Amino acid sequence: MSLIVKKVAQLITVFIFLYGIYIIVHGHLTPGGGFAGGAILAGAYILQILAFGRDPLHLKKKETGASISESISILTVLILAVVGLFIGTKVFFNNYLPSGKIGELVSAGTIPLYNILIGIEVAAALLTIFLALIIYKEEIE
Amino acid sequence: MMVYILSFILFLVGLYGIITRRNLIKIVISLSIMEFSIFILLVLIGYIDGGIAPIITDQVINPTYVDPLPQAMVLTAIVIGLATTAMLMAIAIRLYRKYGTFDIREIKNLKG
Amino acid sequence: MNSLIPLFIIIPLATAFVIPIIGKLTSSFAKIITPAILLILCYFSISFLLSSNQESYIVGGWQAINDIPIGIYLVLDGFSKLILCIISILGFLVSIYAITYIKEYTSKNNFYALFCLMVAGMNGVVLSGDIFNLFVFLEISVIASYALVAFGVGKKELEASFKYQVLGNIASFLILFSVALLYWQTKTLNIADISNILKTHDSTAFLTFTQILLITGFGLKAAIIPFHAWLPDAHSSAPSPVSAMLSGVLIKAIGVYVIIRLFFNMFVFTYDIAVTITVLGALSMIIGALLAINQKDIKRLLAYSSISQIGYIIIGFGIGMMILSKGGKQSIAVLAIAGSLFHMINHSVFKGLLFLGAGAVEYRTNTRDMGQLGGLSENMPITSTTTLGASMAISGIPPFNGFFSKLIIIIAAVQANLYVLAALAVIVSIITLVYFLKYQKSVFYGENRNFKKVKEVPFAMSFSMIILAILCLGLSLIAIPSVREIVLDQAVNSLIDMDKYINLVIQH
Repeated sequence: MSLIVKKVAQLITVFIFLYGIYIIVHGHLTPGGGFAGGAILAGAYILQILAFGRDPLHLKKKETGASISESISILTVLILAVVGLFIGTKVFFNNYLPSGKIGELVSAGTIPLYNILIGIEVAAALLTIFLALIIYKEEIE
Repeated sequence: MMVYILSFILFLVGLYGIITRRNLIKIVISLSIMEFSIFILLVLIGYIDGGIAPIITDQVINPTYVDPLPQAMVLTAIVIGLATTAMLMAIAIRLYRKYGTFDIREIKNLKG
Repeated sequence: MNSLIPLFIIIPLATAFVIPIIGKLTSSFAKIITPAILLILCYFSISFLLSSNQESYIVGGWQAINDIPIGIYLVLDGFSKLILCIISILGFLVSIYAITYIKEYTSKNNFYALFCLMVAGMNGVVLSGDIFNLFVFLEISVIASYALVAFGVGKKELEASFKYQVLGNIASFLILFSVALLYWQTKTLNIADISNILKTHDSTAFLTFTQILLITGFGLKAAIIPFHAWLPDAHSSAPSPVSAMLSGVLIKAIGVYVIIRLFFNMFVFTYDIAVTITVLGALSMIIGALLAINQKDIKRLLAYSSISQIGYIIIGFGIGMMILSKGGKQSIAVLAIAGSLFHMINHSVFKGLLFLGAGAVEYRTNTRDMGQLGGLSENMPITSTTTLGASMAISGIPPFNGFFSKLIIIIAAVQANLYVLAALAVIVSIITLVYFLKYQKSVFYGENRNFKKVKEVPFAMSFSMIILAILCLGLSLIAIPSVREIVLDQAVNSLIDMDKYINLVIQH
């Protein structure tokens, strides 16, 4: 890609990334949350790859990392949910943390944690899908 | 009532696309159209006249909220739709590599 | 509150995501852990089946407000116990079989991860107490199965998977559409709550439309004729362990199970709907069998015979529904439904075994064409014997299990004065015998022209086949009334008594 595209992508990516994080951590207060924020995060990554990366080997490494972080975040969600089996009312997916005051950033018990993990999961999954399709295309050419 | 009928027409447009199109990618797009017509229907079902977004704040007293459950359903269904579309595209790309075409008239090994 | 129910979803789901991580370090992790967890699930499900307690589980602890259930419910009643048992037992045997079969494929970890995901989805469908979660779990299991069908990434596999996906997606949209319509009418998603509300409603055209949509959607998933077009392609192109899983349990757990659950426990079914279901069942029974006769590909023949046998299961339930909706004798309805459930168990056992046998033949000879095969019974004695047992079971020859379940369905049809249906069931049984004789003759007997040097399959593969063959004989014991009481009666009762299911969820 040309220098202009690279420079603009570099400048914009930071803001997109921050916006994604904002959407994720405010998931329990405003519309949005894990899925929407995660999709934005993945968008930032994909913009970077489109502007810079064309090296299949490098992409392959990135895909491995993405798929591992996807699995780990899903497992963490499951562990958080299973912990509910042992605390409080002893139910799967129990919200065992104190719920706090409505409207504050740190509130709503475990929901923000789920949001963050789902954000990572969605970003990693979208990135994996994108990279898998791209790597496959590179292999053809 | 008109909007409900329109979303149903959109559903039929998607179905028409699946039946008549010959290109794999266009079939996938038609499937997406069908899917999103149902999402629109779901959101419409939850809509209440004069309702606001279902977020609890201190500012409004005795508010009318729109039904949040269909919205949650639509979000979940969008995630599922993403997975199915990705799966379809992956298979379509691989089919293109094997056959060298997106035309379904030329992709027919399985019969009987 | 019993905390074991969510484990049926947690364990396979967690395993599906652990495998890609640890599988990168040691290659043998996946093939050890998958049978192990399925063995644990087998133990749990069988102990559930033998105990008599039925319960519901509220995920997240959201208690009902004013007797209106909010939150996600997992319901374990007689019917779901039975299906859970089938899923975990067949899943365990198939995963052992797959250890050697899958060696020739690359990325074995992905296979096992998808397999676990499929099992988790099916368990979720069977346990879920509200229709939207049912839809979500259904999608999880079918997306995994789309990928598994295309696992060989050859021309045929990809084409079959694409066909399967297009039709499967249309089915999913129809299901989602009917979920939306149901929510519109009742403002709730919980199956028990919906049935509580629908009881007071009159049957409207809107409701009938929803029911037709549901039958079409789940009929597409269960491959009832005329919605069967994807099944022969998908089930014959998949790797054999996967075909065994798809034909053995997937079409039952996400197709037949849901139709039966929704129509017995959610809707107040009318006579018209009962007749519709019976006619669809009879059609798939006949046409499936007729189409199977002319097949040259062994797995394709088995796939068509799956359609035909699903027809048997459906007509059993249909007869029960017809009698119940007319207010006839309940004992006949009980007999018909019990026969269907029995045939459902039997079909997963012998169809699983037949697909595994076909996989064994393909594993050694690399062909599925009946014209080239022949005379393998000397070289592959175990495969030949077990497949012969399964063929006799599926065509209804005593003392195998298929005979008894078909007999019960036919007796119920005669007692309900549906003589045409009974005659058709007998005729189709004979046709089944015909094409399985052809199958036996052209694969295991006759002249061995091309494959003089093939050997018997390795131990892991023959082990699963032998166990399934023993089950084929052993399950005949269910025909004995005292055994039937333990295995089937809970399921039949929970289907016939609508209030029981409602009371299970909404505890007053």
